[in-house]
Amino acid sequence: MKNNSQDKIRMLEKKSILYRRMILKMVVTANVGHTGGSLSCVDILNVLYNHIMDITPANFHEINRDHYIHSKGHSVEALYAVLAERGFYELSELDFVEKFGSKFIGHPSKIVPGVEQNTGALGHGLSVAAGMAIAAKMDGRNNRIFTIMGDGELTEGSIWEACACASHYHLDNLVAAIDRNYLQISGKTEDVMEMEPLEEKFSAFGFTIQHVDGHSIQDLIKVFDGLPFEKGKPNLVIAHTVKGKGISYIENKIDWHHHVPSEEEYRQAILELDEAEEILEKPCVHEYE
Amino acid sequence: MNNLSTGKANLEIFSSTLMRLAENDPDILVVTSDSRGSGKLTSFGEKYPNQIVEVGIAEQNLVGISAGLAASGKKVFAVSPACFLTSRALEQIKNDVAYSDQPVKIIGISAGVSYGSLGSTHHSLHDFAVLQAINNIDVIAPADNFETAATIEAAVNYPKPIYIRFGKKPVPDLNSNSSKFEIGKAIQITPEQPQYDVAFIATGETVAQAYMACVALKDKGISSCVLSMHSIKPFDDNAVEHAARKSKVMITVEEHSVNGGLGCHIASHLMRTGVFIPMQIVGIPDEHTITGDQLEIFQHYGLDNEGLTRTALDLLSKRSVT
Repeated sequence: MKNNSQDKIRMLEKKSILYRRMILKMVVTANVGHTGGSLSCVDILNVLYNHIMDITPANFHEINRDHYIHSKGHSVEALYAVLAERGFYELSELDFVEKFGSKFIGHPSKIVPGVEQNTGALGHGLSVAAGMAIAAKMDGRNNRIFTIMGDGELTEGSIWEACACASHYHLDNLVAAIDRNYLQISGKTEDVMEMEPLEEKFSAFGFTIQHVDGHSIQDLIKVFDGLPFEKGKPNLVIAHTVKGKGISYIENKIDWHHHVPSEEEYRQAILELDEAEEILEKPCVHEYE
Repeated sequence: MNNLSTGKANLEIFSSTLMRLAENDPDILVVTSDSRGSGKLTSFGEKYPNQIVEVGIAEQNLVGISAGLAASGKKVFAVSPACFLTSRALEQIKNDVAYSDQPVKIIGISAGVSYGSLGSTHHSLHDFAVLQAINNIDVIAPADNFETAATIEAAVNYPKPIYIRFGKKPVPDLNSNSSKFEIGKAIQITPEQPQYDVAFIATGETVAQAYMACVALKDKGISSCVLSMHSIKPFDDNAVEHAARKSKVMITVEEHSVNGGLGCHIASHLMRTGVFIPMQIVGIPDEHTITGDQLEIFQHYGLDNEGLTRTALDLLSKRSVT
């Protein structure tokens, strides 16, 4: 049984704040980056790496662990933050993100410890993850393969080729999550290309689907703890998120797809995160019960 | 020089070699996009049903799935017509395989103009050009059954991504029992001589045409050598340079666009090394390819033995005039 106590939830909520600090610092230091998308998906990554997936620096070279493919590769700062905090490399190395000659490229690359596949061109991750899931089934392994896709990414045709394949091969060891924040670089996802009803589309392709608040640590834990959702079917989590979550002036703003905060904006962001952390420090009601 | 004996289609040799290798290696997998019949892999699928993965007509997914399988330790042969594989799935080849360093064996079947009159949708005359420009993938075009079997044997445990293309028609045996195959090393299929009038540098199924031209020229008292340049990347620059230094003229031959393929690479290399030799790049010109079967297209564009013979005589006559 996993420990889903309030203490654990609060510990992960604190990590989410830490990761947001790291993302912002990375973007400001590099003077480039995908701020909005990283803040959008980081809570999902938090729960996956700290609660759900069996992936550690110690077992990374083993095949019979869980695997993760960052299909929405542009949100690399979120991945770099989580991997650093998980001990794959020193936090100080993130000062070199996107600097000349750095291994910390602006999209995930395997030269960074903890990254499993080079991504960044959209619509690739689900196929690679499905291939890994097929291999796991062939070899009788019970590990799981995870990937997070952006919602704007779903218009790539290759996603739907992979969906058909995942269903055909009954890949219930494949777990795809959609970072459903309804924004992409040039506008609202449904204005750029309407993809709703998403659930019906993926359901028709044979997925078993759960919706979740993609920023609620408690809800994310609950949903992912329920894996596999249905025997013989690939799993999909539609995580409803807010692009830029956690920083008031970034939330839901199209311009912040890859905008970099100014000094003043950065200071304000840190203040907002400080306030969020202070709220977390206050005792929960249940602690008096 | 040997008389040409008729071999099988390289496609058949690919299939039979893989059947043999898979017997003792359960990690060998074939991934197909409704292409097991076209790839002569129906028997493979029947004998090793657990070693074939079908993805349907979905080349992008074919390559992505193959990358995921390779990342999990499988020895993956991703098999699909070269025309679709290296155009529709090019981004997957570039990112999921080459950039991600997944040692997938990308097998382009019925390459070049093998599909003949089916038209340009089914021709792959761009694959050398685009794949040469992508880092971390080797490119091989075997000439005959020997080179095909040797390529597949070398590919099984090859540590990096590799693209192998071949055609569907039977090809003559060009190599002798003493031939040695090594990726990145050209094979001279004609006897070594101190000097030649003509050096033919050919690749894939055009090597046989160059060989026949070599025989025809010999009857006219003109000496020539034929190099099978099975490795487009890594490229045996030394072998070409060596042949150029010993020859009066050079002719490159490829079942590929004249732009960005074998001939362009050689011309570029020779210019950079200061070896200047009258040269002709014989391939498919930059136009809508004429309708016909593979040999008819070869004949139309001068890739057949008679066309190559004419080109050699023409080059030599121009050289003597100047």
